[in-house]
Amino acid sequence: MLLIHCPYCSETLPEVEFTYAGEAHIVRPETPSAQSDADWEGFLFLRSNVRGPHYERWRHLHGCGRYFNAVRDTVSDKFLTTYKAGEPRPDLSTLTVTQK
Amino acid sequence: MTRFNAFNLLKNALTGHKNWTEQWPDSQPKAEYDVVIVGAGGHGLGTAYYLATQHGITNIAVIDKGWLGGGNTGRNTTIIRSNYLYDESARLFDHALDLWQNLSQELNYNVMYSNRGVLMLAHNVHDVQSFKRHVHSNRLNGVDNRWLTPEECKEFCPPINIAKNARYPVMGGALQERAGTARHDAVAWGYARGAAMRGVDIIQNCAVTAIRRNADGSVAGVETAKGFIKAKKVAVSAAGHTSVVMDSAGVRLPLESYPLQALVSEPVKPVFPCVVMSNAVHAYCSQSDKGELVIGSGTDQYTSYSQRGGLPLIEHTIAAISEVFPIFNRMRMLRKWGGIVDNTPDRSPIVGKTPVPGLFVNCGWGTGGFKATPGAAHTFAWTVAKDEPHPINAPFTLERFRTGRLIDEAAAAAVAH
Repeated sequence: MLLIHCPYCSETLPEVEFTYAGEAHIVRPETPSAQSDADWEGFLFLRSNVRGPHYERWRHLHGCGRYFNAVRDTVSDKFLTTYKAGEPRPDLSTLTVTQK
Repeated sequence: MTRFNAFNLLKNALTGHKNWTEQWPDSQPKAEYDVVIVGAGGHGLGTAYYLATQHGITNIAVIDKGWLGGGNTGRNTTIIRSNYLYDESARLFDHALDLWQNLSQELNYNVMYSNRGVLMLAHNVHDVQSFKRHVHSNRLNGVDNRWLTPEECKEFCPPINIAKNARYPVMGGALQERAGTARHDAVAWGYARGAAMRGVDIIQNCAVTAIRRNADGSVAGVETAKGFIKAKKVAVSAAGHTSVVMDSAGVRLPLESYPLQALVSEPVKPVFPCVVMSNAVHAYCSQSDKGELVIGSGTDQYTSYSQRGGLPLIEHTIAAISEVFPIFNRMRMLRKWGGIVDNTPDRSPIVGKTPVPGLFVNCGWGTGGFKATPGAAHTFAWTVAKDEPHPINAPFTLERFRTGRLIDEAAAAAVAH
């Protein structure tokens, strides 16, 4: 079971309290009507699907209910960090696995 | 390679089974091939087999980073069915089901296809309406499927609990009698043997690290752990790792890779005569010929390449199995594992050409690729050989995510494959 640190509650809690919410830092276009079909394909459907450190969103559903971002290694499933929504992407080179 | 028949079995029995020849050689890569297939699972090996038998192309290499059939082909729960809602899907999966019927004879290899029937249980009014819609849609498409009352479900599969006060009451079920199971390893082995017999090289333990392109953009070949291999055409059937391989060719795919888990119990005497799926509670179950219950569920919620998955999902699945089949609630489980499945946004596969000339892809089968193995391989081989879509796989293009012509089985169809 994953143990996930909620940056709002400042607690590390079991996976069952959280729901996964897809890749992070995907920004909805400012001017939707100006987007081409290819832009929409990218926004709606194309994801990085990284094998390695992955920026992703989680929601502390059975806790504070808030969305936050995380970096997780998709090979080991270990979290490198979690951070509040709206904060910039952490630099991967500064991150190490905090979870045993 | 020795042909399997009663005479050869008897002959080898008399000599202590010491003279059987190897079923396929352990090939080393040549410098150049007409077609390189990435991924030696059922789909990749099947594609090689049909390229060799139907299209006369035999200068083929099937390359895998591990051993053949060691990915999702050897990790699924072996269920075969074709009761999909939409016309496009029904045609594709029913084409596969047609090919399953005589696959053992065609391959001269017993794939143990058993049309024991797949029963999908309805637990609420919405399930009933949705499944009846499926039954009608299937029958219009010539796909066998019929509605059973709770009593008929119980008669068809006695371990089901149809008590009115059950946690998950059974309000009926949709039964596809032509559906069933097959021995997943044997499918890979049968195709491998059939392809190797016709000159196809099967190269194991050789990871493809990148796809290389010519200056004009067309495909040049593949970089592998054993060096560069030149190829006129490259066909990728790499399941959960497809997007990693295709990224190296500059093709982005609408795929996300999730762990899908399965588990088996200790073996017991025959008690479970068919396959039962219960989408509402996300559990499905059958009994293998060895006697183990084979149990599967939905994917884990997060993307991953770990081939493990988490225990909460297993707990959820076992809880549902224990409610629907109370006789199994003391059954001990022997082992569990995960495979990495490549899901598309509309939960339908992508089979066909890519923007790169000479590069083809067969992916996005998500949680339900095993059942389609012969049909996918058969139509994909056509596409690779002729450089054009087969009428059956034509709707399953990569372009549909740009044009919006999705085949949205995710919202309306059987969710747990």
